[in-house]
Amino acid sequence: MTLIAEVIRKHEADLTSDWIQEMASSTRRSDLMKDSELKNQASQFVKALSSAVEGGSTEDISGRNFDSVRDLLDEISRSRANKGFTPTETAIFVFSFKKPVISRMQKEAKDPQTLLNESWKLNELVDKLGLYTTEVFLKSREELIVRQQQDMLELSTPVVRLWEGVLALPLIGTLDSARTQVVMESLLRKIVETNSQVAIIDITGVPTVDTLVAQHLIKTVTAARLMGADCIISGIRPQIAQTIVHLGVNLSDVTTKSSMADAFMIALQRGGYTFVKKTDVA
Amino acid sequence: MERIPILRMGDFLLVTIQVDMHDRLALALQDDLTSRISDTGARGVLIDISSLETVDSFIGRMLSNIASMSRVMDAETVVVGMQPEVAITLVELGLALPGVRTALNVERGMDLLRNSRQNNAWGRR
Repeated sequence: MTLIAEVIRKHEADLTSDWIQEMASSTRRSDLMKDSELKNQASQFVKALSSAVEGGSTEDISGRNFDSVRDLLDEISRSRANKGFTPTETAIFVFSFKKPVISRMQKEAKDPQTLLNESWKLNELVDKLGLYTTEVFLKSREELIVRQQQDMLELSTPVVRLWEGVLALPLIGTLDSARTQVVMESLLRKIVETNSQVAIIDITGVPTVDTLVAQHLIKTVTAARLMGADCIISGIRPQIAQTIVHLGVNLSDVTTKSSMADAFMIALQRGGYTFVKKTDVA
Repeated sequence: MERIPILRMGDFLLVTIQVDMHDRLALALQDDLTSRISDTGARGVLIDISSLETVDSFIGRMLSNIASMSRVMDAETVVVGMQPEVAITLVELGLALPGVRTALNVERGMDLLRNSRQNNAWGRR
């Protein structure tokens, strides 16, 4: 049995308490995490590590004997990230385990050479474990970002049914090719689903309209027309009207209205509805 | 050789494309449809492509051509039931089918044909 394994196994409880004491109050962050929880994490880690180093080599933490340590670190890293710990704090939590182990090893070691070799090994091992927590942290962040991106893409293109046969598509944010594709597909699908004859595309929330965006809009309108639905573009702000004309974009084939209310009125009129105020009738 | 059936409904001709269009079939349809229009004196043509799931540039152009030919022969043409994927493909191919009227389904297409006939004061009786 290596010295590391021997020391960790023999002084499991002492190491845990030493380690907790060792953790400086700054990295301990008692404002974010209760002492009991910290103790629990520490003792679980020492226990897992103890069986891992007994099970084989300490060189490779991706080995099977380190499975439980890695799982535990995954959990610790994720829960700490959720609580608001920085990745540095989490890594230091692991790194601070070195000192108590090395001081115990000093007492147990029979000759300086063994001590040196073993503490070097320990050093490498703990470093790897500490870095592993950072990696997990980054990975969980990455997953979060990807998920949010997808959510945003889907959320940003709601197709709303305003009336029988009238759909509205309020666009918010910049239109690029990928988004236009999603917008176009969801609009066309909804047209088939709801059997709608008119679709209002509202671009109040689109910050800038350049030739590419205009091109995308025209494509969407054309595709809807091919399916037998008319499109009205509404929400054209003064600046956008100016840019469109300056750029020489031809929107003459498309019905445009300055506000969504006007567009909705036109859509209803095309559907054969007339609206009369109650007081006017009486 | 298989052919696409052309049905007569009063003054209108109804073409329902229910198989995958290939080039020969499209050419045959063009011949058949123009001669049927001239034989029957049809006033309107309704092409239902709701079962058509793929188009290429050739078929897209054939659709456009068939529509223009019938219009030249004084028959209003309506293309109905185009699938979203087909519409996107045609737009990406730059085939916007200008001058072709479209409708969501056969019923709407029929309404469109009837209305345009009533509005046309120069129509034959």
